[in-house]
Amino acid sequence: MSGLRIQDLSILLPRGGDRTHALAGISLAVAPGEILCVVGESGSGKSVTASAVMGLLAPGLAVERGSITLGQDNLLALTPAQWRATRGARIAMVFQEPMTALNPLMTVGGQLSEMWIVHRGLSKREALARALAALEEVQLPDPAGALNAFPHELSGGQRQRVMIAMALALEPELLICDEPTTALDVTTQAQVLKLIKDLQQRHNTAVLFITHDFGVVAEIADRVAVMQLGHVVEEGPVGEVLLRPQHPYTQALLAAVPPLNAPPTRPLPDTGAVLELVGLTKTYASRGIFRRRKAVKALDGVTATLKRGTTLGIVGESGSGKSTLARCVVGLMGLDGGTIRIAGQPLTQDRQKAAHLAQMVFQDPYASLNPRRSVGAQVAQGPIAAGTSSAEAWAEARRLFALVGLEPEAVRRYPHEFSGGQRQRIGIARALAMKPEVLVADEPVSALDVSVQAQVLKLLRDLQGRLGLSILFITHDLRVAAQLCDEVVVMQNGRIAEAGPVAEVFTNPRHAYTQSLLAAVPGRSVLEAG
Amino acid sequence: MRALKAFFRSPPAIIGLLLVLAVVAMGLAAPLLYPNDPLGLAGRPLQWPGANPRFPLGTDPSGRDIAAQLFHGARISLLIGFVATSIAVVIGIGIGAVAGFYGGAADTVLMRLTEAFQTLPNFLLLLVLVAVFGSTMEVVTVAIGLVSWPPVARLTRAEFLSLRTREFVYAARIQGLPDWHLIFREVLPNALPPVIVYASVVMAVAILLESSLAFLQLSDPNVPSWGNLIGLGRSVLRTEWYVSAIPGVAILLAILGVSLLGQGLNDALNPRLAPR
Repeated sequence: MSGLRIQDLSILLPRGGDRTHALAGISLAVAPGEILCVVGESGSGKSVTASAVMGLLAPGLAVERGSITLGQDNLLALTPAQWRATRGARIAMVFQEPMTALNPLMTVGGQLSEMWIVHRGLSKREALARALAALEEVQLPDPAGALNAFPHELSGGQRQRVMIAMALALEPELLICDEPTTALDVTTQAQVLKLIKDLQQRHNTAVLFITHDFGVVAEIADRVAVMQLGHVVEEGPVGEVLLRPQHPYTQALLAAVPPLNAPPTRPLPDTGAVLELVGLTKTYASRGIFRRRKAVKALDGVTATLKRGTTLGIVGESGSGKSTLARCVVGLMGLDGGTIRIAGQPLTQDRQKAAHLAQMVFQDPYASLNPRRSVGAQVAQGPIAAGTSSAEAWAEARRLFALVGLEPEAVRRYPHEFSGGQRQRIGIARALAMKPEVLVADEPVSALDVSVQAQVLKLLRDLQGRLGLSILFITHDLRVAAQLCDEVVVMQNGRIAEAGPVAEVFTNPRHAYTQSLLAAVPGRSVLEAG
Repeated sequence: MRALKAFFRSPPAIIGLLLVLAVVAMGLAAPLLYPNDPLGLAGRPLQWPGANPRFPLGTDPSGRDIAAQLFHGARISLLIGFVATSIAVVIGIGIGAVAGFYGGAADTVLMRLTEAFQTLPNFLLLLVLVAVFGSTMEVVTVAIGLVSWPPVARLTRAEFLSLRTREFVYAARIQGLPDWHLIFREVLPNALPPVIVYASVVMAVAILLESSLAFLQLSDPNVPSWGNLIGLGRSVLRTEWYVSAIPGVAILLAILGVSLLGQGLNDALNPRLAPR
C-alpha cells in the first residue's frame, strides 16, 4: 500500500475549549499521483489534519487514537531523528504565506541548495546546480538571477514558486499544501495552481491540498473531502461532490459561493451623483537622503462617479491602487492632485464634518475593533463627539445593533466575545452611526468564511434597500463584486482599465486586463457550468 | 480574568507577590511595633543580634535599634520606589506617546532628548542633581524619577508606533474623534501592559539607586532608610558586618519580590505565553 492513509484519527483539544476533539475519527487516503482537497471553514480541523501528518501538532494537542501511515511506515511512531529524515525528503509542505516561510537573510539559492546538502550530502556546487534546475522547472522568469536574490526581492507569486521548488526538491512521496494560493492575486493563483498540478503529475506525487475555496477545489482536485467541526462529512470525486453534493453542509457551502454571473441589472434610481472623483493622483515617492526608490503612482488620473443609493465596485489586484483610493475618500490620506466631492462638497480637513460625509468598513474583523473597549462605546463615540447626548447615542447604538442583526443588549460586551462575522456587523453599525453620505467598504468580506461572507453581503444589500445607502465597495474578489455592485471600475496600476455596469463588464469585457482577471477566477468551468 | 488566572498559576509570580506584600506589611506594622523614633538612641552601640533580647537584630554604631530602622526603612524604600516610579512612568508615557503618535519632527526632537538623557549614566546624573539641589527626601525621590524615564519613553513610543496604524484607530479617526481621544482612549489602553511590566523594573532600580546614594552618605540622613543603615555599617564592615548585611538582605528580597512580580505580570499579560 503506497501513498498516505489516515485511519480513524482522533485528536484531543485541551480541556476548556468549545469542543473536546479537534478531529473526531477521520479517515482519508491519498494515492500517488492524486490530489485530495480537504475543504472546510475555519475551525473545521483541516489545518490540524495537515500538521498531524507533518508531525507538527501544536502543543496541547494529543493524538487519542487512530493511525497515519505513509507507504509502509507508521508516522505516529517515528522518533524525532526519524522525523527529520522524513520531513523534506518524504513529506514536504507549502505554506500559505511564502514571505514568512522563507528565511529573509538567506539567498534563494542558499536555502534551496540546503535541501540537497543536508539530506543527500551533495557538495555545494552540485547542490546549486540542482537548485538552478529546480527553479527552471517552476518557471521562474530568471532562474540564474533568482539564485542570488533574497526573498524580499521576489514577488509573492515568485516566492511561492520557490517554496514549491523547495518542497519538490527531493521528490517527496507526499506534498502538503496549506492554502498555498490564498495570499496571491487571482491571475498569479491560476498560474501557481497550474504549476502544482503539472509538477505533481510529472513526479507522480500524492498531494494533500488544504483550502477553504471551492473555486480552487474545482481547479485542482481529483477527490474532495469536506470537513466540518472535526468530521469528514462528505468525500468523493471532485465532479460528484461539486455538482451533486449529498450532505446538507456541502450543499450549504456550495450555495454560499457567490456566482460570477451578475444578477440582471436592477433599475438604478435616477438621483445624481453623491461621490465624484475627478482626476485623482497620488504618488508614493521615495524619501530619505541615502536611498532613492522608484516613485510609485498609486493613483494616476482616476475619475469615477458613485450615484446616490447605488454600489460602485472598485476591483483590481494588489498594487492596483484600490485601497489607496478608499483611504483618500475617507480622508486618511491626502491627495497629490484631483478633487473628491461628496454630496457636492469638497473633502474637508475638519475631521468632525468629514465624519458625516464618508465612513469606512474595514477588512480585518479582528484588528478593526479596539479589544479594550465595549463595542457599544465604539459605536456611540462618534455621535457623542459630534454633540449627541450620551443617552441618545447609546440608544441609537442599540437600534443599530438590532438593524445589523445583533442582540441590542450586546452593546455592553467586548470584541473578543464576538465571531468574525459578528464583528464585521459591529463595524457596519459603527459606520452607520455617523449617518454618512457614502459608505466605503474596503474588502469587508475577504477575511470571512464563505457562509458568513454570504450573510454579510446579504446584510449590506438589505441595508442599502432600507436606508438608501451609497456604497463604494473595494474588493479583489470578482464573485463578490458581481453579487453586490451596480457599477464596477476595474483598476490596474493606478489607472482605470474599464468601467461600466457590472453585468456588461463581466459578460462582455473589452479590456484585455479585465478579460484575464475574469479568466483567472478559479472554478469557473465547474461552478458556473452547473 | 484570564490574565489573573495565569498569574496565580505561576509559582515565581506568587513568591514575588508574597515578598512584596511582606515588605508592605513591615511598613504598615512599623508604627505599631516601634512607636518611638527609630533614629533615637536605644541602647549600647554595636550589640550583636540576639545578644540582648530587647534588640533582636542588634544595634548600630550609634546605638540605634536595627530592627526598628528596618521596619521604618520599609516605608521609606516603598515610598521612594513608588513615587519615583510614578514620576518616571508619567514623564515616559507622555513623551513616548507624543513621539510615537505624531511621528515626524515631534518624534525626532523628543527621541534625541531621550537619547541625550540615556547616554548619561543615570547614577552620575543623579549625583549631580543631588549635589545641586541638596539631599532631602523630596529631592532624592524626584531626582530618581527624573533619571529613570527614558526607557519608559522608548517602550511607549514603540508601542504607539505599531498601534497607531491599527484599523480601530483609523476607524475612530474617521468617526471624527479628536487626537486626545485617539491617544488616551484607543491607543494608550492597548500600549499599557508592557509599560506596567517595565514599571516593576523601574521600581527595583529606584530602590537600589536610593540605597547607593545612601551608601555614599548622599541621601537624606534624617530618614531611617535601608541604604542609610548600610552606609552606617560601612565603617565597621570588618568586625560588625551584620549592620550592613541585615538591611542588604532586606533590599535583596524586596527587589527580588518586585522583579518576580513584574516577570509574573509580563507572562500573565502576554497572550502569546498564555497556556493554550
